This record gives sequence, structure tokens and C-alpha cells, in this order.
Amino acid sequence: MNAEPTTAIPPHPESWLPILELSVQEVFEIMLACRLESANPDEHPKTGEFTAMVGLAGALCGILTVCCGSEAAKLIATRMLGPEIANSEGQVWDALGEICNMIAGNFKNKLAGMDGRCMLSVPTVVTGGEYSFHSLADGDAMSTVLLFESQPVIIRLELHS
Amino acid sequence: MSKVRALIVDDSSVMRKIVERSLRQAGIDLEKVFEASNGAEALGALRDNPVDLVLCDINMPVMDGLEFVRQAASVENAKGVPIVMITTEGSESHVVQALSSGARGYIRKPFTPDQVKEHVLPVLEKKS
Repeated sequence: MNAEPTTAIPPHPESWLPILELSVQEVFEIMLACRLESANPDEHPKTGEFTAMVGLAGALCGILTVCCGSEAAKLIATRMLGPEIANSEGQVWDALGEICNMIAGNFKNKLAGMDGRCMLSVPTVVTGGEYSFHSLADGDAMSTVLLFESQPVIIRLELHS
Repeated sequence: MSKVRALIVDDSSVMRKIVERSLRQAGIDLEKVFEASNGAEALGALRDNPVDLVLCDINMPVMDGLEFVRQAASVENAKGVPIVMITTEGSESHVVQALSSGARGYIRKPFTPDQVKEHVLPVLEKKS
């Protein structure tokens, strides 16, 4: 059984951003052998061609999204599967969805007290950048932009209050 | 260790490939790999094919991994076959549910090939 240190839930969700960023870094390091670099959110677009989403329900309720351009999405799939296997668009969607799923799981597993009280949906991936994102979550939102092989990856967590 | 017939259950084809690769990297000599994308498909695969090892996700459509583990106990081909969960669900209650339902191991995603080796080899050695 894997033992992973958990963090007591800080009282204010706005202080969860470092935990979210750590969760993202761990997933990229373990699954893609790649360390992400920090980026200035103002220097990058808020959307991309590929958006993966995983819903959270229960003690933590909302949606986690991972958004990136097509080049980054294809590179993620290639890193996960190898260039000879990651050869279809479906595998790119699948790979990005799984990355989003693992980030959401890793994040909630780091919050002590979520024990079995937060469930994840199966991932959904939207392609195409011509859309607006309107979350009906009425609580806190946090987002971060990290660079994967110089490509921006936007991670956003929207929570119901 | 003799050749292993493995059933990999995950709704993501990408994860099924990564799990298979991790098993090979762990030094497990795979004779045959069967795949299923949910628990119901996995039960069918188990009934039709003798396997030595099952690696199974929890969050899947149609039938989740915990229900699969419970129902697999009544499949004749699956008697004594170790089931190891590989999932993003890392809570203590999920681990307890999985192990009490009959799973022999629990690996949390994201995982390294070393973690797969650490959790899978002992259950295979115990079986043989």
C-alpha cells in the first residue's frame, strides 16, 4: 500500500493553491518524467485547444480543469505512451483526461479529512479553443499556469461553497 | 517466475498500456495480456480466459472496480487469482473496501514501475 503524507485541510481554500501545484508537479514528474516550470499567468492565454475536466462531488465539490494547446497535449500523450503508440487523436484526449484525473486524485488525497468523502467523475475532454468557460460553482476558484516543455498548461480548480 | 497471463481493467486505454509497460519493466514475463474497460467487461474476460493476475481501476463506468472485485469472487476461473487495484482513489476507506472485498494490493496513481513491482511481485510469488 502506498503511504503518502497528507496535509491537514487549511481553513481557507485560497491557501490550497500550493497543494494543487504540488499535485500537478508530482503527476508530471512521475508519469512524464518532467518537471514543470512556473509561469506568469498574465503572459499566457487562459484557454487552449484541449481542456480536460474532472468533477468533484461530496466534501469537496466543483471541477478541476487542465487546459493546454494541441502541441502540449500531443507531447503529453507521446511522453506517456511513446511516439510509436501515441498516434491518434483519441489517445491524446485519453492521455490528457488521465493526467487531469490523476491531478484531481492526487490533490484530494493530499487533503487530510477527505477520506472517502470526495468522489471524482470520469474525465471529459473538450477540443477546440473557441468557447467560454462558465462554471456555476459559487465558491472559491484558483488557477495556475505551469510550463511543460515551454508550453503553458493551465490548471484551474473551481469549488462550490 | 513462470509466464503470466494478466487482465488489465481501466476505462482509459492509455492507462492500460502504461500498466502493461510497467509490468514488463517490473520484470514480469507476460505471456498474454487481456484488456477490459469496465468491471462488467472484466467479468466476461475472466469467465472466458484463465488469468494469473488482475490489475483493476476503481472509477469506471458501467461497473466500478470495487463491484468487480466483489463479483469476481464467484467466477470459477478467478478463484485464487490475485487482484491489485490501481487507482487515483487513495482514501483509507477505499483501500479498506477494496481489501475487504478481496483485492490483494492497492497502488495509487500516479505510480512508478518500481511501485508496480513492489506490489505485484509479492502477490504473484504467493500465488505460485
